[in-house]
Amino acid sequence: MRHIISILIENEAGALSRVAGLFSARGYNIESLTVAPTNDPSLSRMTLVTRGTEDIVEQITKQLNKLIDIVKLQDMTAGSHLEREMMLAKIRVANQQEREEVKRFADIFRGRIIDVSEETYTIELTGSSSKLDAFIQNLGKIQVMELVRSGIIGMTRGETTLSL
Amino acid sequence: MTGAEIFVRCLKDEGVECLFGYPGGAVLHIYDALYRQDKVKHYLVRHEQAATHAADGYARATGKPGVVLVTSGPGATNAVTGIATAHLDSIPLVVFTGQVPTSLIGNDAFQEVDSIGITRPCVKHNFLVTDIKDLATTIKKAFYVATTGRPGPVVVDIPKDVTAQRAEYYYPPDVSLRSYNPVVKGHIGQVKRAVQLMSTARRPMIYTGGGVILDNASEELIEFTRLLNFPITQTLMGLGAFPAPDRQFLGMLGMHGTYEANLGMHNCDVLIAIGARFDDRVTGNIEKFCPTARIIHVDIDPASISKNVKVDVPIVGGVKTVLTDMIKLIKGNGFKTDKDAVTEWWKQIEEWRGMDCLKYDQTGDIIKPQMVVEKLYQVTNGDAYVTSDVGQHQMWAAQYYQFNKPRRWINSGGLGTMGFGMPAAMGVQIAYPDATVACITGEGSIQMNIQELSTLKQYGLPIKVITLNNGYLGMVRQWQEFFYDKRYAMSYMESLPDFVKLAESYGHIGIRVEKPGDVEAALREAMTIRDRVVFMDFLTDREENVYPMIPAGAGQNEMILV
Repeated sequence: MRHIISILIENEAGALSRVAGLFSARGYNIESLTVAPTNDPSLSRMTLVTRGTEDIVEQITKQLNKLIDIVKLQDMTAGSHLEREMMLAKIRVANQQEREEVKRFADIFRGRIIDVSEETYTIELTGSSSKLDAFIQNLGKIQVMELVRSGIIGMTRGETTLSL
Repeated sequence: MTGAEIFVRCLKDEGVECLFGYPGGAVLHIYDALYRQDKVKHYLVRHEQAATHAADGYARATGKPGVVLVTSGPGATNAVTGIATAHLDSIPLVVFTGQVPTSLIGNDAFQEVDSIGITRPCVKHNFLVTDIKDLATTIKKAFYVATTGRPGPVVVDIPKDVTAQRAEYYYPPDVSLRSYNPVVKGHIGQVKRAVQLMSTARRPMIYTGGGVILDNASEELIEFTRLLNFPITQTLMGLGAFPAPDRQFLGMLGMHGTYEANLGMHNCDVLIAIGARFDDRVTGNIEKFCPTARIIHVDIDPASISKNVKVDVPIVGGVKTVLTDMIKLIKGNGFKTDKDAVTEWWKQIEEWRGMDCLKYDQTGDIIKPQMVVEKLYQVTNGDAYVTSDVGQHQMWAAQYYQFNKPRRWINSGGLGTMGFGMPAAMGVQIAYPDATVACITGEGSIQMNIQELSTLKQYGLPIKVITLNNGYLGMVRQWQEFFYDKRYAMSYMESLPDFVKLAESYGHIGIRVEKPGDVEAALREAMTIRDRVVFMDFLTDREENVYPMIPAGAGQNEMILV
């Protein structure tokens, strides 16, 4: 099963490699990983998506908790949560018909065209991973020249927080 | 004060009496500061690996953290094997590695290596000190992390320029890390559930490991075990926590464990695992492990629980406090074990014990290796510190030396590091100058750190080296005999040195023993020599095997007995 694990980690050099190293050393897989500082400059927040049986995910959270730099972590998938991923896609729009079609798709998926050149549109799209997948699929034969996805970030719903 | 002076002062204030190391460019300031004081004694080894093993032996024998100082680059990489050894056995070490100046880090400077990166997977934690203001606090944190919770090695990488900069000296009396709060007290509800389960047990087994020794919980374990009158077995790492000659002790379990211990495990209905981690050398085939048991597991490391084997009553906590809580409940009103069932169980166990699975035949004129270990036990009254290397001799030492007390049996259980024994013995002898320290080894292992005979001479450390010399890498040969149709690929040691002359060339005493009748006298003579090493080369039966043995993939009830 897919699990989203959110981690508060000391904002220190090498902290990321401790997490990445743990996953490679123990043979766990990482589907996506994002990391950035938080409103507390001493902390970074990491969101990690992994897949595994319940036993493996339990080991993953225990092993992560053992890392000295990790302050707190939470398996988001245990409860109701929000998740978002951002994508930038540079798409070839060679003619009027393609321009209109891509514009229409972008609108339907609530994406935005953030850059335009003679033959390209660059679209920013935010949502769940499956929504981003669906957008790409719908483009059909229209050529995607370049694609970048941020990986997932997430938060629990309601009053509970992952904070100190 | 300079960084180097701060470093030395921190060690002193931390109560460090000795450290093991080897100088080099990046740590010259520190060595100069060490030279100008006499509180912290430095022992110069001949190879950095030996420094880590010596500190490790010191730590295992005393319970205090072992301290190591090595230079950057090759100094650090040579130390890695010892760091990994300590990591797998949860031994508290603080290893200081020199580093090139901060301005050169990342430039492929002379003797530069990413010590933090290289050691990351085999330490409990590591630190790079880039600011002189952080030096003292980081050293405090390193000792704190190494010695608390599940102990382990911590590396502190110190660039050379930091050791030259100046700062005010302040060593914090204690330190806390918001991200590190090891649990010590076990959840009392879980402890009650565990004790309740013990009262229903008809075929109980107690299985304990190195955690009991690390937490100094031997007394509590003895009281607990006696109160319950349950049989107890111990892992390779756990030997000595419960006295081996005791009736309730069934010997070591696992791959080379006794018949009664392994069958006891396989047939038990309640398993009480304390400070042990269900290592593959203990469980054998995990699918066949303890098929009828409900399992209680006490461990300070939550990640050890249900890692290999699913347990029914997990208790995260320090072994000592959890055992103390259990003892209170057991002594309290209303606790009873199922005495009739347990008596029946003991009858069954005594039947298994009657197989005498460790018997061997010392007739003829070839020395049996088991006999050498038994004689050592008799000659030292079971009171020696015994270190070992890795292989057949290690198993024989574990099987035939009956450890009475904790911290007396010192070996590389997890990583299985050949070359561990002699430097570890060095560390033990430094901790306890008057004690008898014996290193049981083989002619293969001893050559992996033989250079330390020089260190032993320099400091006048009278360890007893007991080489069980069969001219083979014995454990490899045994596996090749059983599983590779006796194709002895590279397990034969050609061109062995004359160990007697070798020992003598270092200024020690060498004794070669070839006849069974000479073994005891040689050992007795060795015990009288207190100013240098006695290197005993016992020529033993070349193709003796370690029995019993659970082959890879088999269950604990599927032992090869002879």
